[in-house]
Amino acid sequence: MAIQAVQLNKWFGEGAARTHAVKDVTFQANFGEMLYVVGPSGSGKTTMLSMISGILRPDSGSVEIEGTSIWGLGSDALAEFRLRRIGFVFQDYHLFPRLTTAENVAVPLILQDREWNASLAEAVRNLQVVGLAERAQLAPVKLSGGEQQRVAIARAIVSRPDILILDEPTASLDGDTGRNIVRFVRENILSDRRCIVIVTHDSRIYEFADRIMRMEDGRLAAIERSAVHAQ
Amino acid sequence: MPGILRIAYKLLVNDRAKFAALLVGITFAVFLMIEMTSLFAGILARSSSTVINIGASVWVMDPAVQTVANTIPLPDYVLHELRSTPGVKYAVPLYSGGALLKLRDGSYQAANVIGLDDTSLLGRPQMISGNLQDIFAENAFIAIDDAEFYKLKNPRIGTEFELNDHRGVIVGIAKVASSALFGVPTLYTTYSRALQYIPNTRFTISYLLVEPKSVADVPAIKQRVRAAGYLALTRAEFVRKISDFYMYQTGIGTNMMLMTLISFIVGLSISGQTFYTFILENLDKFGALKAIGAKGHELIAMILFQASFVALTGYGIGVGLCALLIGLARAHLPDYAAMITYRNLLTAFVMVVVIAGMSSYVGVRKVLRIEPFDIFRG
Repeated sequence: MAIQAVQLNKWFGEGAARTHAVKDVTFQANFGEMLYVVGPSGSGKTTMLSMISGILRPDSGSVEIEGTSIWGLGSDALAEFRLRRIGFVFQDYHLFPRLTTAENVAVPLILQDREWNASLAEAVRNLQVVGLAERAQLAPVKLSGGEQQRVAIARAIVSRPDILILDEPTASLDGDTGRNIVRFVRENILSDRRCIVIVTHDSRIYEFADRIMRMEDGRLAAIERSAVHAQ
Repeated sequence: MPGILRIAYKLLVNDRAKFAALLVGITFAVFLMIEMTSLFAGILARSSSTVINIGASVWVMDPAVQTVANTIPLPDYVLHELRSTPGVKYAVPLYSGGALLKLRDGSYQAANVIGLDDTSLLGRPQMISGNLQDIFAENAFIAIDDAEFYKLKNPRIGTEFELNDHRGVIVGIAKVASSALFGVPTLYTTYSRALQYIPNTRFTISYLLVEPKSVADVPAIKQRVRAAGYLALTRAEFVRKISDFYMYQTGIGTNMMLMTLISFIVGLSISGQTFYTFILENLDKFGALKAIGAKGHELIAMILFQASFVALTGYGIGVGLCALLIGLARAHLPDYAAMITYRNLLTAFVMVVVIAGMSSYVGVRKVLRIEPFDIFRG
C-alpha cells in the first residue's frame, strides 16, 4: 500500500469563522494506481492533498506512506522525506524563470546534495523522458504551457519518487494538451512501484484514472473505479 | 560552491534588472561612505602634517595648544630643564609660524616657516635638489615641494623673495611626508634665522622636540614637564589630540559623520527595498522549494548568500570607484585632501554587512513564513 490516510480532519479559522475543511477522511492508495481526487471548489481536495503529502499537518488522523507515519517525523526529516519520496507537480508549475529548463528539473537532486553536473545530466535524461531534451538550455518562459507542464513533471520524477502528486495538471492547458499530458503520465510515468494522486476538476481526463475519489463539503463522498479501468 | 548556493546565485544574477539595482544601491552607499570618511581622514592627516613631517618622538608644548598651527611660545628655561632631565637623550627647540612672502613677480603669498634647531637640524626634510648644509648660508631657505609648492611660483635654487623686508633665497628643494592643511606653502630654515626674519613675542620656542633615551623614560619626562606647568606628548598622542580637536570641536567631524550616516541610510533604503521586492517576487518559488523538500536553514543560506554576494560585490565596486576618483582628483587637484585608510574600509565594510544583514533579515522572515500549502492553494 502506498498511502493510507485514516480519519483525517482539518479545521481553519477561529471562532465563528472556524471551518471544518476536511472531515474524517479515510482512504488508501496503491502502487501502480492513478487515483483522482475530484469535487467542487471548497470541497477540501487541496487540503486533503496537502495533508497526505506532508505539507499541511492534520488536526487529527494519520497518514502513512509505505508504512511511515509521516506526521510523526520532525520538520527536517519530513522535508527530507518529501524530497526523496514524493514528487510534486504544482498547478502553476512554479518553475524558476531565471534557471534553465535542465536546472529547474535538477533542483530536487541539487537539494539532495548531488553534484551539480551529475544532477544536470540526470535532469536532461528526465527531460528526454518527457520529450524535451532539446529544450534543456532554454528558460521556462520560452516554452509553451504544455511544455512547462512536462518540465514540471520531469522535475517531479527526477529523484524517482514513489508517490507523485499532481495538482490540477490540466487547469492551465487547452483540452487536447491537457489530455495528452495526463495520457503521457499514465503511459510513461505510472509504474508498479509508483502511485499517482491527481487533484482535478477536469472531467475530460477521468478516463485515465484507476479510481476516482469524490469529495463534497470536506467529506469523502465516494470512491469509485473509473469506467475505463474498472476491469 | 554547494548546489543550493549556486541556485541562489543564478536566481540573483540572472534577474539582471534587480541585480543591477541592488548593486547600484550598495555601490553608491559604499562610494559615498568611503569618500566622506576618506576626505575626513585626509583632512585629519594634513592637520597633523608638521608633527608627521618633523617626526620627533616627544613634543613639549603649552597645555592650551589645540592644533600644531596654534602655537603658544615657551620660555627658554623649559628647554634647559628638559636637557637636565634624566632619560632625555637630547632636546631642541622648533619654530613654527606664519609669514608673508613677497615673490619675485611682486605678488604676496602667505607661507608656513619651520625653523629647525641650528645644531642638529632635527626634523629636516628629504632633499630633492640642493644641499642641506646650504641652509646655513646667508638668507637661506628650503622650499618644500608639496601640494602648495606651485603657490611659490615653482621656485628653483637661487630664486629670491622677500620676507618682512629681508631678502630670502631658495637654496634647496625638499619633500616631506604630508602636505599642510591650510593651503599655504612651507619653507624650512634654521631656528635662529626664523627668529631673525619673523617678529616674535618675548618667548620664541614654538615646541620643544625631545628624544628620550628609551621608551621607558617617556612617563618620567612627561611627569617632569607636567610639574613645570607644560605638556609633553608622544608623536601619536599629539596627532590624536589634533584629530580630536578637528573631530569634536570644529563641526567637521559631526558633518562628516552625518554625511556618512546619510549614505548608509540611502544605501540601506535602496538595497533593502530592492532586496525585499526581489524576495517578494520569488516568494512562491521559495514556497515551491519548501514544498519539494528544501529545509528552512537551506532557504536561509540562499538568502544570506544572495545578500552577501550583492554586498561584497557592491563593496568592491564602490571601493574601486572611490579609489579611482581620489586618484584622479589627486592627479589634477594638488590640494585634494582625501586618503583611503584601512579604518575607512573597515567602517564601510561593517556598514555594508549591516545593510546586507538587515535586508536579508526581512527576506528570511518572509520566506520562513511562507507555507507550502499556499503554493497548492495558488
